[in-house]
Amino acid sequence: MTEPSLYDEILDYANRANPWPLYEKLRSQPVWQEADGTFVVSTYREVLALQHDPRLSSDPSNLLPEFAAMRPPAEAGGGATGFIRTDPPRHDVLRRIAMRQFGPPHRPDYVDSFVPAMQGIVGKLVDKLADKQEADVVDDVAYPLPVAVICRMLGVPPEDEPTFSAWVEPIVNSLGNPTPEQLKERGDAVQAMANYMFELAQRRRAEPGDDMISGYVQDDGPDGRLEGADLFGTLVLLLIAGHETTVNLITNGWLTLQRHPDVLQRLRTEPDFSIRLVEELLRYEPPVHILPFRTATDDIELGGATIRKGHPISVMLASGNHDSTCIPHADRFDPDRRDNVHLSFASGVHYCFGAPLARLEAQLALTELARRLDNPRLLADPPPYRPSPVLRGPVHLPIAYDGVSPA
Amino acid sequence: MRVVVDLTKCEGYAQCAFLAPEAFRMVGDEALMFDPSPPDELREKVLRAAAACPVQALQVDMADLPPQPQAETTAVHGDDRLRHDGRVVIVGASLAGLKAAEQLRAEGFAGSLTMIGDEPEEPYDRPPLSKQVQTGWVHSADTTLPRRREIDAEWKLGVAATGLDLDRNVVTLADGQEVGFDRLLISTGVRARPWPIPEEAALDGVFTIRTRADASGLRERLMNKPSRVLVIGSGFTGSEMASVCVELGIPVTVAEAGPAPLSGALGGVIGRIAGGIMREHGVDLRTNTMVTSLQGEDGRLRRALLSDGTTIDVDVAVVALGGIRNVEWLENSNLAVGVWGVACDAGCRAFDANGLVTDDVFVAGDVARQPQPMFGYQFLAMEHWGNAVSQAEVAAHNMISSESDRWPHLEVSAFWSLQFGNNIKSVGVPTFADQVAITQGSVHTRQFVAAYGYKGRMVGAVSWNQGKWLDFYEDLIEQAAPFPPPYEMTNPPEDRTPVPAEFPERTYPGREATVVVTGHDPSERRATLVRNARRR
Repeated sequence: MTEPSLYDEILDYANRANPWPLYEKLRSQPVWQEADGTFVVSTYREVLALQHDPRLSSDPSNLLPEFAAMRPPAEAGGGATGFIRTDPPRHDVLRRIAMRQFGPPHRPDYVDSFVPAMQGIVGKLVDKLADKQEADVVDDVAYPLPVAVICRMLGVPPEDEPTFSAWVEPIVNSLGNPTPEQLKERGDAVQAMANYMFELAQRRRAEPGDDMISGYVQDDGPDGRLEGADLFGTLVLLLIAGHETTVNLITNGWLTLQRHPDVLQRLRTEPDFSIRLVEELLRYEPPVHILPFRTATDDIELGGATIRKGHPISVMLASGNHDSTCIPHADRFDPDRRDNVHLSFASGVHYCFGAPLARLEAQLALTELARRLDNPRLLADPPPYRPSPVLRGPVHLPIAYDGVSPA
Repeated sequence: MRVVVDLTKCEGYAQCAFLAPEAFRMVGDEALMFDPSPPDELREKVLRAAAACPVQALQVDMADLPPQPQAETTAVHGDDRLRHDGRVVIVGASLAGLKAAEQLRAEGFAGSLTMIGDEPEEPYDRPPLSKQVQTGWVHSADTTLPRRREIDAEWKLGVAATGLDLDRNVVTLADGQEVGFDRLLISTGVRARPWPIPEEAALDGVFTIRTRADASGLRERLMNKPSRVLVIGSGFTGSEMASVCVELGIPVTVAEAGPAPLSGALGGVIGRIAGGIMREHGVDLRTNTMVTSLQGEDGRLRRALLSDGTTIDVDVAVVALGGIRNVEWLENSNLAVGVWGVACDAGCRAFDANGLVTDDVFVAGDVARQPQPMFGYQFLAMEHWGNAVSQAEVAAHNMISSESDRWPHLEVSAFWSLQFGNNIKSVGVPTFADQVAITQGSVHTRQFVAAYGYKGRMVGAVSWNQGKWLDFYEDLIEQAAPFPPPYEMTNPPEDRTPVPAEFPERTYPGREATVVVTGHDPSERRATLVRNARRR
């Protein structure tokens, strides 16, 4: 057995609660080649440059045959990952059609129009905490909020949540280094979810509403419409990505606030403070740590190394955010930071589709919790973490408090 | 609220358009339009938009900034006296002047600061004048640039500088005032080149578009639905005006002396693509065609005669023939000035007429002509928004820094244009190229990147609705990478064979005699500007 590499240590669950010292070591060399052929890119400038490099591919079919075993599990599930694992020009077309129902230029105020509804949902979730003295930030707020919002936006009946959440887990869990068994479970889950979406799409076709699914099956733009696997892939992607990441943003955010009581206090009293605060949370404790499964369509010279054509690449977003050679005092949590140019939603053509939603949900949720919880305190620090090194965040965040102020 | 977006930096992520849809709008996939003066009710949304910008291109009047940190008092380099109670004068109160002032204060300059401008208004942003203002979204009066910090300046607005006396370090103004300085920044920019025949230029209906007054006059006329607009010249401003007319449903003729629109900036190959788009949108584009005369009745423009022998009836003509650098006030200053601007070194220090660098006089923005190390140290003036900002910051820094702390201005030039729904962005200096090659995407779908090469190395790139890739090309240009780029990329074009870029033959504006040289011994050799020596 060879020594585990730094990257192996980062993937190791034992280091989930505090990967930061490992990232720091990793950055001593901007690009590492792992024994298995993977390239790991971890410094701010190199991570940014790579995402604007037209030789970086998100399409796993560009991996060399010897890396086929490392292909992302999407391949086992019938391409149900929408546009995130495609390259331009196909990527651009699929994303543009998807965007047509979600935001500008075609539907510019769709997300903005949900702000009052989001505020209402957050308020009700916090109301429910009033009956008890202890809560789990994940189960009680950070998970249900984005699920409720994405369901409403897409047009998924909220009562189906238990059904699809059972499918989501095997899909998310297979994002690390999945076993064949996990891959099988994932494949089944993706299939079941695609079937569910198919039925839902049929229903919306017959009885359209104002939601995104109705738009996808009704409205033809200049690029045509999403059909078959493209439609189900996009819907599965939006449903999963629409809530699995924001859970981490809100939970990591609350954990960080509890660890910085002065900042928590400012959130209670300073209007607008949540705006900059959430950007700094995104940088400091990002919900997505790694972009795995990228590959190179040609050799790429980067950071003193040469990334080889057809090799897998792991882009270390969270590590880049803490690169103190580019970001002053990167390890300091500083909501007053100017020109916060974090990498947490990626960059370039694959910039996070749902970023505006995540930002709003986190701003509203954290502000409401801060304003209404009386003397909140952590019951476990560090809390237990979810297994994934890619989507990193606590699986539960138990807190106690003395009371809940009225809305 | 005042807002400005650095559209050189903007990569079209649309976060602002999601979060404050009333103030920020996407045109097509990636072009951004914004309201430079959104109502105060939108404050929270605009602050959200500013914080969310992934490239921090969106700036608000200080409202989005955290509490100001204490002015940097430690680590003062250079001339302490100058930093503490020196006198800095900035002539030219526009984008470059304002950015220089902010940078001076940001670096701890505590002395007196005087801003002199010939227009009566505070510095305002010009790009919206040919876009948002003409389509009626924004009033030209609402384009005042936001302030990113207190600059605590004495403003002398509405009064032009008329002379510079370097023996006494004094700027003279049109009203007879004299303003003394320890350091001077010249940022007087360019003005629109008027129609060359004064009687025709004076006809009611003939417009240039450079100032707020120009813009509001033209907007008013467009609102009255003229029967046809003639745009003279199809560089970026002319093409944008043609686009606005199409958007407003006004018939428009474009007369372009060259073979294609934008061919001066991007070459004939890419220019023909722009021309095709114009024609698809119903523009009556006449290439290789000059306007020979503008004719009026009762002082109002009625028709135009073109070199193709046709006459067209028009109510409005927009003269978009580029700019003239505002250097006349410097003619007797003994600085190196001419139609090409004010020559300066890479640190923005002006040259005197002998070509010697001065110590106290700096230049920034459209009026500055600076050696470009990446392009054989040729002197080039970059009339681009982003250049005005970065050059002003370098100039300001150098004005109050010692020799060893000076920065060179080595920005890769960049600009953008929005026309007919297309976002066109450029990096490097395409005009330097002999060849061009499509490197990504498809010309057919109007989503592509073209790279420009000169003798086998990268010198520029232009993206057409594909701006997110330009960072990559900027790096290649900085690295003098080979052209055509020898890589396998995603989204390869059908044909990436380089072809001649088809730039018009470069006419060097300094070809005319500039100076006469007098004296014999090295100690007495002196250059004098020809204009002064041979003035009629």
